Amino acid sequence: MASVKLPESKIQELKEVCQKYDNKGSELINVLHGAQELFGYLPAEVQEIIADELNVSVAHVYGVVTFYSFFSMLPKGRNPISICMGTACYVRGAEKVLDEFKRILNVKVGETTGDGKFSLSCLRCVGACGLAPVVTIGERVYGRVSADDVKKILSEYA
Amino acid sequence: MDIVKLTIDDKPVVVERGTTLLEAAKSIGINIPTLCYMKLEDLNFENKPGGCRVCVVEVEGRRNLAPACKTECSEGMVVHSHTVRVINARRTVMELILSDHPAECLTCAKSGNCDLQSMAQKLGIRELHYKGEQSRYKGDKSPAIIREMDKCIMCRRCETACNDVQTVGVLSAINRGFESVVAPAFEMDLDKSSCTYCGQCVAVCPTAALTERDSTWKVVEAIVNPQKTVIVQTAPAVRAALGEAFGMEPGTLVTGKMVAALKKLGFDYVFDTDFAADLTIMEEGAEILDRLSRHLNGDKEVKLPILTSCCPGWVKFFEHHFPEMIDIPSTAKSPQQMFGAIAKSYFAQQLKKKREDLVVVSVMPCLAKKYECTREEFQVNGDPDVNLSISTRELANLIRNANLDFGKLTDEDFDHPLGESTGASVIFGTTGGVIEAAIRSAYEMFTEKKLEKVDFLELRGMEGIRKATVDFDGLPINIGIAHGLGNARKLLEDIKAGKSEFHAIEIMACPGGCIGGGGQPYHHGDVEILKKRQKAIYAEDAGKPIRKSHENPYIQKLYKEFLGKPLSDKSHELLHTHYFDRKSKIEVNH
Repeated sequence: MASVKLPESKIQELKEVCQKYDNKGSELINVLHGAQELFGYLPAEVQEIIADELNVSVAHVYGVVTFYSFFSMLPKGRNPISICMGTACYVRGAEKVLDEFKRILNVKVGETTGDGKFSLSCLRCVGACGLAPVVTIGERVYGRVSADDVKKILSEYA
Repeated sequence: MDIVKLTIDDKPVVVERGTTLLEAAKSIGINIPTLCYMKLEDLNFENKPGGCRVCVVEVEGRRNLAPACKTECSEGMVVHSHTVRVINARRTVMELILSDHPAECLTCAKSGNCDLQSMAQKLGIRELHYKGEQSRYKGDKSPAIIREMDKCIMCRRCETACNDVQTVGVLSAINRGFESVVAPAFEMDLDKSSCTYCGQCVAVCPTAALTERDSTWKVVEAIVNPQKTVIVQTAPAVRAALGEAFGMEPGTLVTGKMVAALKKLGFDYVFDTDFAADLTIMEEGAEILDRLSRHLNGDKEVKLPILTSCCPGWVKFFEHHFPEMIDIPSTAKSPQQMFGAIAKSYFAQQLKKKREDLVVVSVMPCLAKKYECTREEFQVNGDPDVNLSISTRELANLIRNANLDFGKLTDEDFDHPLGESTGASVIFGTTGGVIEAAIRSAYEMFTEKKLEKVDFLELRGMEGIRKATVDFDGLPINIGIAHGLGNARKLLEDIKAGKSEFHAIEIMACPGGCIGGGGQPYHHGDVEILKKRQKAIYAEDAGKPIRKSHENPYIQKLYKEFLGKPLSDKSHELLHTHYFDRKSKIEVNH
């Protein structure tokens, strides 16, 4: 199963996250938040270590990871793209924008491009409805995005 | 005692606070229908996720219907368990569940034994008013257990069995909403997981989402192949449960009828795993005595307690969860594998046949045995010692297929030489039996005195963990017994922590031992059945003329002609094994 090799220093940090929560099984969600902050995502190996540390089954950890959409088992791209699907953005054509990102990058929502450059996700309202539809890439916010703009935006990260 | 009074269907009832409506109703003879709910009395496990909503009842003053399995009784409650509203709700719930269930009843392995099917019948569902998307999941075929999750109704009973009863922790609900399904971590197949194949998930699954890998047809193919000599061995627990599949009372012993049926099915030799159980006692007993006497002579290297190793579910469990202790269990193979090894060497020689021309079939109460016989260390040049293992249920199907009227068969006897057994071997089928059988022989070997009383009542029972001290002519021998892997885990943790003072421990993966195995006729949550099977096993033992393994004349002959003595080189080659560290490894990049 082990597809990703984890650096030992990170494993130590992960164990410290578990210890911060007294290695309690009931703190699983908090530990997963900490782990995702540390690794950017939750690969199988990280879940196995957490299960071992908290003395719960890996199946249980995986069950929780797959239940909450916040947790991801896929690494985020170097430039994480988020398309706002809140009401305002949606009615002003966010879906067409999303479709264009999917088409150009050839990934589905929640996936990362093969070169690790971009990952695509949706979110609900970034509080900038006046700029609808809104796209964020990393820390940058793009407003009033149309499907035609997508190619140009992506070229900024060439 | 804190009590509450309420009425259910106009009947007054008084219960202890905390009692659910379901239990309160049951106490006055009202059986509210349930589907996901399952209570394993005696084992103290209850599955009540409140998920299916079939058990809803109307409670006066409450807006919504209440699930009886989850709702606690309160003072003055007025409950109606079968109003039109309740019945309609149950039928709607059932129709919704069925709308996402493959309608394959005609060809389904569980047809006639399916809790979903019988509930649909009970509620009189004749038409489905809801048509929608149906769940589709990938199938999973391990050597022992088949997962067909399209048929899962998310009752979560398998999770309770796997995680709470057995503490194996392979199964969990994953994903959410319509996508949710019970699966191993990372949706890996069972054969990649730490599943022990104990089959307790299969034993409690209400539908055919979890079933055994069926080998009945392969057995028939072997029987009709004129090139093959087909030998069958039957485990002790099978004879105490097979009758149930033909409508007999639980606890009916059907040894003679089972043998008659196997002969009619066309097996060339009908032998008994019990013979190999006697052999197991010879080897394991000798090992216990060897370790014990070395321990008494001050050998610090010797590992005690010795743990039994007959149960393949238990073996796989400690290989995954306690790999640091793999040198503690006895190295004796299980009776199934000892039988296979002897059949394909000693008996093949007698027949003047090559081992490849023999097909050894085992009939087991167990699903893990299907896996055990595929383990590489139990093969010689790719030829397995035991070719096929079928469950009690599969044998029942074979008997039905052959149109045999099981109840009317005239009793027949096992063939010789591998069909002769003692009472000691019969009790292998129940929790406590292996260690009692071992004690019967070890006592006489150790003390060189005759054991007058062979019944060790202190080792018997149904409690999950039992402890007893047996007097070896002045030397107290501490015995531990655990059945159910959750109980085994507790005992093992004690050993690991150095808290254990046992000399020998018997462990069986399934609650009740093999009588409660994952391949037995379905008990549908009625654990009373296990006790009846247990009684039958002890009755068979009591009725045997010889009740100590070392007195089995055919065992004595086997040692004289072939093996030499217990723990000899030949015995080690054929009857002993080794274990593997199967702990999942996390790769670290230094």
